[in-house]
Amino acid sequence: MPVDLRYSDADETFRKDLRAWLAEAVPAHGAPPPRNDWDARREWDSGWQRKLFDAGYAGVQWPKEYGGRGASLTEELVYYEETARAQAPYIGMNFVGIRHGGPTLIAEGTELQKQAHLPRILRGEEIWCQGFSEPQAGSDLAALKTAAVRDGDHYVLNGQKIWTSFAQKADYCEMLVRTDPDAKHRGISWLIMPMDLPGIEIRPLPTLLGETDFSEMFVEDVRVPVENLVGAENDGWRVTNVTLRFERGTAWAADIIELQRMLRDMATLAKHVTHDGASAWDDKALRREIGHLSAEVESLWAMVKLQISELAKTGVPGLGGSAIKLGFTELNQRIYELATQLLGRAGMSRSDVGELPGGLGSGRIVEKYLNTLSLTIAAGSSQIQRNIISERILGMPREPR
Amino acid sequence: MDFRVTEDQAALQEGIRSFCEGRVPVDALGGMEKQPLDRELHGELAEMGVFGLRLEESEGGVGLGMSEAALVFAELGRRLVTGPLIWSHLAAGLVDGAGSGECVVTGLDRTRASNEPILLEYLEGAGSVLVLEASGVRRIDAAAIEARAIATPLDPLTPLHHAAALPEGESIGDAALSARLRREGAILSAAMLLGVCESTLELAVAYGQQREQFGRPIGGFQAIKHILADMYVRQEQVRSAVYAAAATADGRGVGDVDRAVATAKLLAGEFALKNARACVQVYGGMGFTWEMPPHYYLKRVFVLQNAFGSADEHALTVGEGLEGDAG
Ligand SMILES: Cc1cc2nc3c(=O)[nH]c(=O)nc-3n(C[C@H](O)[C@H](O)[C@H](O)COP(=O)(O)OP(=O)(O)OC[C@H]3O[C@@H](n4cnc5c(N)ncnc54)[C@H](O)[C@@H]3O)c2cc1C
Repeated sequence: MPVDLRYSDADETFRKDLRAWLAEAVPAHGAPPPRNDWDARREWDSGWQRKLFDAGYAGVQWPKEYGGRGASLTEELVYYEETARAQAPYIGMNFVGIRHGGPTLIAEGTELQKQAHLPRILRGEEIWCQGFSEPQAGSDLAALKTAAVRDGDHYVLNGQKIWTSFAQKADYCEMLVRTDPDAKHRGISWLIMPMDLPGIEIRPLPTLLGETDFSEMFVEDVRVPVENLVGAENDGWRVTNVTLRFERGTAWAADIIELQRMLRDMATLAKHVTHDGASAWDDKALRREIGHLSAEVESLWAMVKLQISELAKTGVPGLGGSAIKLGFTELNQRIYELATQLLGRAGMSRSDVGELPGGLGSGRIVEKYLNTLSLTIAAGSSQIQRNIISERILGMPREPR
Repeated sequence: MDFRVTEDQAALQEGIRSFCEGRVPVDALGGMEKQPLDRELHGELAEMGVFGLRLEESEGGVGLGMSEAALVFAELGRRLVTGPLIWSHLAAGLVDGAGSGECVVTGLDRTRASNEPILLEYLEGAGSVLVLEASGVRRIDAAAIEARAIATPLDPLTPLHHAAALPEGESIGDAALSARLRREGAILSAAMLLGVCESTLELAVAYGQQREQFGRPIGGFQAIKHILADMYVRQEQVRSAVYAAAATADGRGVGDVDRAVATAKLLAGEFALKNARACVQVYGGMGFTWEMPPHYYLKRVFVLQNAFGSADEHALTVGEGLEGDAG
């Protein structure tokens, strides 16, 4: 029978309740603060997370004993559909904790670590950042050099990280460090680093949007307790890959739904924009191009469902996540680029100019377009995803490692 | 929701796959060129249930749905199996002997008014021709059609006839039936195109591992690896879209069936063509020879793309479906 895309009655009940809750909670949360007002951003992001928690919608799929809902993967999909539909606040600063750090602790953390962090992450009380990349270790992440040397019951950290998103507001960092200078992949460890320790210096870097969303992070003689090690010493590379692989099941679900909405907005926009008295939508070629893009989005959404179905039944995610990441991030760029081009001269401004129907803002589209440029670089660039697919799925010879 | 293929379905798929591998191996493609319809093969496919798959058991069928049919037709597409397979499948239950393979049925989709020439696949050897029109479905005796054979069909494995006009024939169904057959035909041709995506990737991967230049397999060069990775992503996009369309047609989907079908057919046609072209490129000069298999796949894409709605039509359906659709 399967090859079944329908949601169960339980899923639909969950949807109904969530939709009703969002209908009140989203407008009540108000408008987001200015992008460079960091205190206000933290408060806004965490405040929303807290509301989710109080209503029982934080960590839909996380175990109940740590404050999660303990629900199924399909309910998590419904959660993404409904929050996108309601235009609920983006996960924002909670990204690393909810999508990365938390799931890693669930899979690999000690009981103490789980109890100390998971409920606080879900309640919006702990913001995490990710200290993986270094100036000389980007795509070649395992080349990282930040040293952690054992001194009694502490590790002493020295080195530099870069591109650390939200470092200036984070309470904890998932820190990858070198514990064995003679090994490459097998000399890495995964540490929980409190961000208030002496010796951590954050120097914000402006992104191409002009915002300081990421930073350089220098660590000098930072003392991290040994009990903050997640997994075994020198086993950090495996720990990292566990998270990444489990993440890839649903990581892009929310963004793909967002993109479906964007295409509907694009139809609205194209009807509004006129040249010589005809709307852009009157142009059949444009309607077709939008149709192509929409078909691609639909197929990626079906791929997510296939991936989720496999994960739900076997517990083991396939390697298909790389294909979804590659397909989605490239498509996302094409779609926002087309939208920005449709705006014509209004696309030269990053703040809204002119009146658009349906609550659309030209400035927001332009800003989102700029942001799409980061997704094909971060979390394993498109080139790296292609290497992964061709080597690990198709069996081609491996790159130097 | 469980979007996976079941074990039974996988077994059905595997059965068709191993039959095709034995019966129409890739290295035998050359021998199949410009051959009249292979009646024996048609009979064997009928026996395996390819045509009667969706008929009730009481009607001599297997009682399965579009999801199973899509899996089967993907395998047929993967091995470039010849014959008017989709039409004979659609005709099962409508034209006597179609399900059992005794009567070979071909057909033509004329739902959209057009001044395109009338080209019929596999007219020779066919008993009946189904014609889909917006107003209904007609059946014409193949023998009653006056047509001349095209000496150089683009796909050397798909014989073509050109007719100036078609006789009236008999009406065998209304507009609703015509729309349903067209939709099912679109899903099955998309499934066959999925098969083309799969086989062209399979060929390119094997060639990438085997062919050496500069002292190493060409599959070790990133320029080639990345072509292959993109082929893989396209193949998986097509697979997901085709399965989703079939599930929706079987009543196990979410959302509009016409939109799901247009999505699948559009992407399958586009991406099969891209993958076939990429396969030729990976083969280098060999890819441009008649002896090597890639060109057969590329050519078959044009046959499948021009059936049951063009890419342009489906792109408009999907694009215009966004209008006023507030989700
Ligand atoms: C917005 C944003 C936020 C980020 N946030 C964080 C964060 O919070 N924490 C964190 O640790 N990191 C973060 N990163 C860093 C991100 O993970 C890296 O940028 C990424 O891994 C690429 O590394 P790199 O920038 O050094 O590029 P490089 O590795 O120098 O790559 C440069 C170019 O070379 C290509 N390339 C490299 N190696 C190969 C190869 N083997 N084959 C083919 N092509 C290759 C790449 O695809 C790319 O096009 C963030 C990045 C961005 C853009």
